[in-house]
Amino acid sequence: MSAAATTTLPAAATATPPEPRASRAPLWLILPALLLFVGIVLVPLAMTVLLSFHDWGQYKGIEPVLVLKNWHEIATDPYYAEMFGRTLRIALVTTVATALLGAPEAYILNRMSGRWRGIFLLLILGPLLISVVARTLGWALLFGGANGLANKLLMSLGLISSPLPFLFTETGVVIALVHVMMPFMVLSVWAALQRLDPQVEHAAMSLGAGPLTIIRRIVLPQIMPGVLSGAIIVFSLSASAFATPAIIGGRRLKVAATLAYDEFLNTLNWPLGAAVAVLLLAGLVLIVVGANALVERRYAEVSR
Amino acid sequence: MIPTPRSAVPLLELDRVAKTFGGHVAVEDFTLAVSPGEFISFLGPSGCGKTTTLQMIAGFLAPSRGTIRLEGRDLTQVHPSRRGLGIVFQSYALFPHMTAAENVAFGLEMQRVSRAERTERVRAALAMVGLSGYEDRHPRRMSGGQQQRVALARALVIRPSVLLLDEPLSNLDAKLREEMQIELRQIQRNLGTTTILVTHDQTEALSLSDRIVVMSKGRIEQIGTPQDTYERPASAFVAQFLGKTNDFAARVEGASPARIVAGGWSAPAPVGLRGPVTISVRPERIGFSEEGLPGRVAARVFQGNHWLFQCETECGPAIVVRPNDGLAQPGEGEAVRLAWRPEDMSIRDMGLRAGAVA
Ligand SMILES: Nc1ncnc2c1ncn2[C@@H]1O[C@H](COP(=O)(O)OP(=O)(O)OP(=O)(O)O)[C@@H](O)[C@H]1O
Ligand SMILES: [Mg+2]
Repeated sequence: MSAAATTTLPAAATATPPEPRASRAPLWLILPALLLFVGIVLVPLAMTVLLSFHDWGQYKGIEPVLVLKNWHEIATDPYYAEMFGRTLRIALVTTVATALLGAPEAYILNRMSGRWRGIFLLLILGPLLISVVARTLGWALLFGGANGLANKLLMSLGLISSPLPFLFTETGVVIALVHVMMPFMVLSVWAALQRLDPQVEHAAMSLGAGPLTIIRRIVLPQIMPGVLSGAIIVFSLSASAFATPAIIGGRRLKVAATLAYDEFLNTLNWPLGAAVAVLLLAGLVLIVVGANALVERRYAEVSR
Repeated sequence: MIPTPRSAVPLLELDRVAKTFGGHVAVEDFTLAVSPGEFISFLGPSGCGKTTTLQMIAGFLAPSRGTIRLEGRDLTQVHPSRRGLGIVFQSYALFPHMTAAENVAFGLEMQRVSRAERTERVRAALAMVGLSGYEDRHPRRMSGGQQQRVALARALVIRPSVLLLDEPLSNLDAKLREEMQIELRQIQRNLGTTTILVTHDQTEALSLSDRIVVMSKGRIEQIGTPQDTYERPASAFVAQFLGKTNDFAARVEGASPARIVAGGWSAPAPVGLRGPVTISVRPERIGFSEEGLPGRVAARVFQGNHWLFQCETECGPAIVVRPNDGLAQPGEGEAVRLAWRPEDMSIRDMGLRAGAVA
């Protein structure tokens, strides 16, 4: 797991918009951070990449030679295509769902006055304060099989005849992930809303625009960079999420992160696990950097 | 001068409008009738309720009391988007994600104006504010003055019944502000759009408006033409707020004919006035002469096209402004005599508000 966890770090880091360059500060001030970065990110990363080219056998263990065996296996075995396809699908659906739910949520939150806003902000950010594992287990308790609380309730009300499938389904993973990721989307959109000049909505109103038109034509285009950068964060975190798919999906419904984990700790095929992890990382970096560049180009006027 | 405003049928009427925030009174007893084509300024110090009044007309704030009528129709129940008013905000409030042309076109789109007519009207509006060729610029890539023009074009292109301007020029530097003032007045004259301008800049109000509404602490102090309010201020507040003024302690002496006396200066007093009074005279209306109120020049400042003198007199300090006409001027420390024409002063005191001595 440790290798998989470190490999997801840079992907998450690139998702946040780049900081404006500090101009005057002496360069050597970045030295400590640079050492830390090299020590705990670059070196393990390079070792993981190297590991993915090593050979492995059930009895001979890891052989430090350079072969393309693992990469060839991933490229040709449809099993891996299915794993990565599922990972991508789950991350995409989660991203779209958080955007559709989170953006209106942030808008309403921003319109609330003082005290209520504080309470609801706490409610939305609350999940961040609880461990992902505890939250996901909560979902499992609610919907896990026939004994899940929500399933029991719905069945006793006669609304459903058999328990809703939740554990080991993609839908279950997506629902739990949306819950986990929502704060990132809401915060990102909220930050964009804060930059909005409140008079702009008045201006649109005075020109004859109704509330829906104002949201569609005036507010949404201006907070779109916020929605998209939130989406980039959510996408990269969902695609590399481990705890939620591990608990809800278990070993029956694997995604890239849980697959790498299994190769490392159950099959003990580290080189193959490394290849999976590296592929996940490379794919994410490509998608995130590409998306970020697109957003920045497209919304240069709005985001200054 | 614009056709006498008061005689025309009012386009916009505010009738005893008031606004309170919690317990705090922001605007009180605001009554005003605006005639078609008139240019009105709301003038007053910060926090006197100018913006609040404008926002009530625009519909972004609901009045606590009173009614607002447009063309005889009660506005209070009409949604801001249906009032058909053009508004220029202090922050411009342009749509940052749209180009200048798209900004201007937005109101026309809302009115479902056909594309061909829209294009033509947007082009004409941008040309009117001198921004031809800037159609495809985004607001963030424009200067403050250019953004201000886009905002003006955007408000005017929908042919509003009333144009509301909330300190539209306060973000501009002095030179640009002066240019925009002239331009604003020209555009308003050409289009004949009824306009209300909020400002705390008295020169702006004096130079642009047909009538000025001077406000203080949520109340109207005076409504009048720029000349009226400047030359015959209704209260000490108006006199102080509209440019510098000199207050002299004077007395009414003698009976039939009674005379107003300030040191060595005197003039016939209006009938019925007696005792101590305060007279106020604008600095540019005082001259140096052979006889009058004796004083001494304490300081003399050269200001290009005019001289500024600070004098001390037995009736109080005085500021005198003389044009730089090339003639010799008294120097610092010199003894002088101050004189002014009786019609250039206003008399205030003891709750009595008299106009200029006729
Ligand atoms: N939303 C509000 N809630 C409470 N008080 C308010 C609110 N808006 C304005 N006020 C108060 O009402 C008074 C008038 O405010 P207003 O904004 O109309 O002043 P103004 O004349 O436009 O001043 P400025 O020249 O600074 O813009 C002020 O004392 C202000 O504090
Ligand atoms: Mg104001």
